[in-house]
Amino acid sequence: MAVELLKGNVALAEAAIRAGVEAYFGYPITPQTELLEHMAQRMPELGRAFVQAESELAAINMVYGAACAGARAMTSSSSPGISLMQEGFSYIAGSEVPAVVVDIMRGGPGLGNIQPSQADYFQVTRSAGHGDYHPIVLAPASVQEAIDLMVLAFDLADKYRHVVLVVADGLIGQMMEPAELPPMRPLRAERPDWALTGAQGRAPRIITSLELDAPALEEVNNRLQAKLREIREHEQRYAEQMVEDARLVVVGYGTAGRIAQTAVRQARREGMRVGLFRPITLWPFPERRLSRLADRVDAFLVVEMNAGQMLDDVRLAAGGQVPVDFYGRTGGMVPVPEEIYEAISALYRKLPDSARWGE
Amino acid sequence: MHEEIIFAGFGGQGVLFAGQLLAYTALEEGRHVTWIPSYGPEMRGGTANCTVVVSDEPIGSPVCLHPSIAVVFNNPSLEKYEPLVKPGGLLIVNQSLMVAAPQRADLEIVLVPATEIATEIGQVRATNMILFGALLARRPLVRVETVRAVLQDKLGARKAHLHEINMAALERGLAIGRPVFSE
Repeated sequence: MAVELLKGNVALAEAAIRAGVEAYFGYPITPQTELLEHMAQRMPELGRAFVQAESELAAINMVYGAACAGARAMTSSSSPGISLMQEGFSYIAGSEVPAVVVDIMRGGPGLGNIQPSQADYFQVTRSAGHGDYHPIVLAPASVQEAIDLMVLAFDLADKYRHVVLVVADGLIGQMMEPAELPPMRPLRAERPDWALTGAQGRAPRIITSLELDAPALEEVNNRLQAKLREIREHEQRYAEQMVEDARLVVVGYGTAGRIAQTAVRQARREGMRVGLFRPITLWPFPERRLSRLADRVDAFLVVEMNAGQMLDDVRLAAGGQVPVDFYGRTGGMVPVPEEIYEAISALYRKLPDSARWGE
Repeated sequence: MHEEIIFAGFGGQGVLFAGQLLAYTALEEGRHVTWIPSYGPEMRGGTANCTVVVSDEPIGSPVCLHPSIAVVFNNPSLEKYEPLVKPGGLLIVNQSLMVAAPQRADLEIVLVPATEIATEIGQVRATNMILFGALLARRPLVRVETVRAVLQDKLGARKAHLHEINMAALERGLAIGRPVFSE
């Protein structure tokens, strides 16, 4: 494979194809439409299923159906469309079938606008639908990472029979950047042993999210929670830079994390001991590593393109040990490195004279 | 090397393509590069701009407040970006659509009658290549030979007939942009 200049949305679509997606269902919405557009061309070419559904509700329920039949299925949308899919996510999680969803977030609330945003953090990490669960949530910060996480999303969905969301924003969706696509994987030859395949010559299988008996439903929940604990144990992912001697650690994911990187480098050039921590899984949140950093740094600065949502998770991980400050932009405004740098230096000036953790 | 370049103008002037051509060429030469459009609901006639970052290092932010280079295709873009370019930066202006000359003394400024020249050579849509040529004359971010090869590849067989006129436009831009050291 060769490095090419790829647009984020197209890269996500092609990565899903190479990861072996067999069925795509979607409804167009800016700023993710190029993803659907690429699928519309490529999936029929490859003899795979592409359906432009009549709505986001239909699309997610088609994903649910295809997943029950054992197909690698996905959909993609942007914030308002993701809101419409909530019920489907919950049914998929309750039925324990694998599904992959891409959310290219835009400014909200409501119809909002089509500019880049991270305002769906609560919605995607808390449950993405009713009931009592978390989906797995992956947040790329570059086109290459979008490709890599798209492939990982299908593997995690299959491994845990769970909903996996890949969340980015209009900036990553629209950006072109050099990246390398993986080789084309052969499609799965056989359906998984839980899939609904017609029950010929075997006992029927049942996939449902309905359980009217409370003790039995509690058992279902116990099993689901055990699975989520396992995911929390094994799947926390993050990237970090210059945290070894940092007194102040900036925490940001996706686009905000990437822009913060430029501000952190600037602060380093000015002699400030600043590092960057970038969560790659938003759920499970990389709390273990962040808690360890909280044992020795003097402060965290959370940077998001919302009014402060991941901020709560950082505070929980910090456990009240150190101040957690916040800088954010909303409404589709993208912060520039200069303003994040200002927030870093303002907080850095307030740090105590000596570091908590040696010099 | 690390340059943050904004290309700005009307939709339909080839603004986004000029940025993409730089991005494709920079990639071909092994640089780190990002290209992002300022995207909006309108397809044509509205404002269009894109930011290209070209660097020897992995790129953090693909957005910037103060670009080191601005290539402005029309007067509204000149008014918007002249104040934002970094001190000591480069401002390439499409003189044909300029209402008042830029005033900043701390910038390297190149006025290029790009729309006029493009009309004169019979391809008004090559305005972008003339401005791109002027940019490369002042900041050789990529080699002209690589641009030639990448352009040929991007135009493909269907638009191959546009290659020469685009390269001719690029050469005109290069000639205008080339610094004059003595009178």
